[in-house]
Amino acid sequence: MKIAKMKMVSVLPLVAVSMALAGCGEEKAAQTGISPQVMADSLFAVMEADRTVYTRLIINRLQNDEKLIKASEHWQDDKALVLPAQMFRYGAERVAEKGAIFSYSLLSLWPVNKQNNPKTETEKAGLQFIADNPGKNYYGEEQLGGTRYFTAVYPDVAVAPACVKCHNDHPDTPRSDFKIGDVMGGVVVRIPLT
Amino acid sequence: MAIKTGQRWMLWGLLSTALALYCAEGLLGSDKTLYLPGETSHGHYQIEMACPACHGETGFGGDAVLQDSCVKCHGAELKRADDAHPKSKFTDPRNATRLAVLDARLCITCHAEHVPRRAGVMGVTLAADFCVYCHQDIAKDRKSHQGMKFDGCAAAGCHNYHDNRGLYEDFLTKHAGEPEIVASAWLPARNAVSLLRAGGTYPQTPLGAAAADAPRVQRGDALNSHQWAASGHAAAGVNCSACHQEKQAAGEKIWRERPAYQVCANCHAPEMTGFGAGRHGMRLALNLPAMRPAVARQPMKPLAHDKELNCGSCHRPHEADTRRAAVESCLGCHDDEHSRAYRQSAHFHLWENEINGAAPADSGVSCATCHLPRETRREEGRTRVRVQHNQNDNLRPNEKMLRSVCMHCHGLGYALDALADADLVRANFSGRPARHVESIEMAQRRALEKGKRGGDGPPS
Ligand code: HEC
Repeated sequence: MKIAKMKMVSVLPLVAVSMALAGCGEEKAAQTGISPQVMADSLFAVMEADRTVYTRLIINRLQNDEKLIKASEHWQDDKALVLPAQMFRYGAERVAEKGAIFSYSLLSLWPVNKQNNPKTETEKAGLQFIADNPGKNYYGEEQLGGTRYFTAVYPDVAVAPACVKCHNDHPDTPRSDFKIGDVMGGVVVRIPLT
Repeated sequence: MAIKTGQRWMLWGLLSTALALYCAEGLLGSDKTLYLPGETSHGHYQIEMACPACHGETGFGGDAVLQDSCVKCHGAELKRADDAHPKSKFTDPRNATRLAVLDARLCITCHAEHVPRRAGVMGVTLAADFCVYCHQDIAKDRKSHQGMKFDGCAAAGCHNYHDNRGLYEDFLTKHAGEPEIVASAWLPARNAVSLLRAGGTYPQTPLGAAAADAPRVQRGDALNSHQWAASGHAAAGVNCSACHQEKQAAGEKIWRERPAYQVCANCHAPEMTGFGAGRHGMRLALNLPAMRPAVARQPMKPLAHDKELNCGSCHRPHEADTRRAAVESCLGCHDDEHSRAYRQSAHFHLWENEINGAAPADSGVSCATCHLPRETRREEGRTRVRVQHNQNDNLRPNEKMLRSVCMHCHGLGYALDALADADLVRANFSGRPARHVESIEMAQRRALEKGKRGGDGPPS
């Protein structure tokens, strides 16, 4: 009895979301609000813009072109610029600290930091898909810790020479042949469906 | 029979009421010992009677309230330590499977309280090999780690769960090959006075004996013997009234012969905060009666048992000599092996030389050198050297001392070895490290291997 009830509860929002995903007309959209995909796409647009601006205007300009100041993982000790990936993660951590319902991370099939390897099946499938299909995004759903998520994976592209040089030369990189414009990894955005 | 039953009920009623009153007294009164579920850890036993400090006002807040309490006292310290495993690393749902094994979002997962038989050093209540839960595959990525046991990760002087400021790979390679004792082996000089002289808003005209503003009837030994006039306080323009005169709410001023310790915070607020965060001041910080050596779990000298710990226990505000607080004050109470061995140590010899003027200022090593370390910070665009008054701040794990203390005088490799040798620590570093921590060599070997693979170190 109890089990049946619980199933109902968890299925209901799913129905709502799949209807929203399928774009069931204006009336339905008004009822269900913004679809998870639209929300994820919008969030990614902001993330991607900030990330590109930081890499081009700060890292690439000051480290690679002007050679004024380096970027370093140990930016405090080295009195250096924060790496683009750290900038991204600190932002994600701050969002989490503030209690936002969505979460995001920067992962790769060829990570410098092994903690950035894909872990869930959806992450693995998503990263492979965006690597095989440049320019396309991956959308899926997954169950993690008792919660169902809409999970989107977006390509993270080498937008500046700094990306390529730093990763290809990094002592911990498993891959040294990145070129500008290559997909280097992916941004994973998760939105709970309950 | 019927009467007997009635009497029994009456007795039961009386006893229940008595028990209820006894329990209520425990809950509402000041002695809450009755409600302690088990012996409190060494980090918290001093404040175990301040239940709401951890459990919230109602006592029924659950994990969230407990977590807030942990963060309230320990959060800032963890931030400064660049915590390697902050909660924010684990809130991402992709860590759900990990959290099911070990909920790293909560301090109490690893630091459970009131379970004395399980609690190890630093109040860790997990078995020492806890790293295995997430890093079981480490040998795949680091061949050098093959065959290593997981109970050694944090015990061998290589890694800490929270604070790795002195242990990370690039730091190890950067400080490889340093000598046992570095060429310029001294501490950063305290600079409050020179900063004051250099300008600021503070009234800083040095005062002489004639300027003392204590009312005639209040003048005691401090003035008669010219103690105050020779003190740092007089030199910094701090007159008698600054500490002894108290303004009442009505505006009326009264003279206090023995000012409360809180008066010190008017000028020494950061020091007071540090004091309140450590074992010396944590009770005062929670408005509990001051700590006394008698109730300490560390060995203390019997004669000191009834002293109370506040600023004045170590410092004499009328004295010119600020060094008492660096050795004599400590050894007046502490009576453990490490403390007793200090006066036979090479460190003490250096301290004596400094005191006698045979060696330059800041070259001696007192108790305070290591346990109340001088911290260099940027404050309002200036470099300020302050004494950290939380003597527990760098105590455990002891690798926290590497950067804040040891490396002022010693190379990293030597310091790592010395700190990893528990017998040597007990003997107050009289002797040589009996063991060697391999981490610098391991980091160097790895850097070499990576070099061969084509990497060129840090980005250029
Ligand atoms: C100055 C060096 C540097 C630059 C420039 C740089 N990265 Fe990284 N990147 C790193 C490091 C180091 C990490 C690992 C950081 C961590 O998670 O601790 C990383 C992480 C990543 C990751 C996550 C997977 C991994 O490798 O761990 C991706 C994806 C990534 N970077 C892509 C990029 C892109 C795209 C750019 C340009 C916009 C860029 N990086 C610029 C050094 C750099």
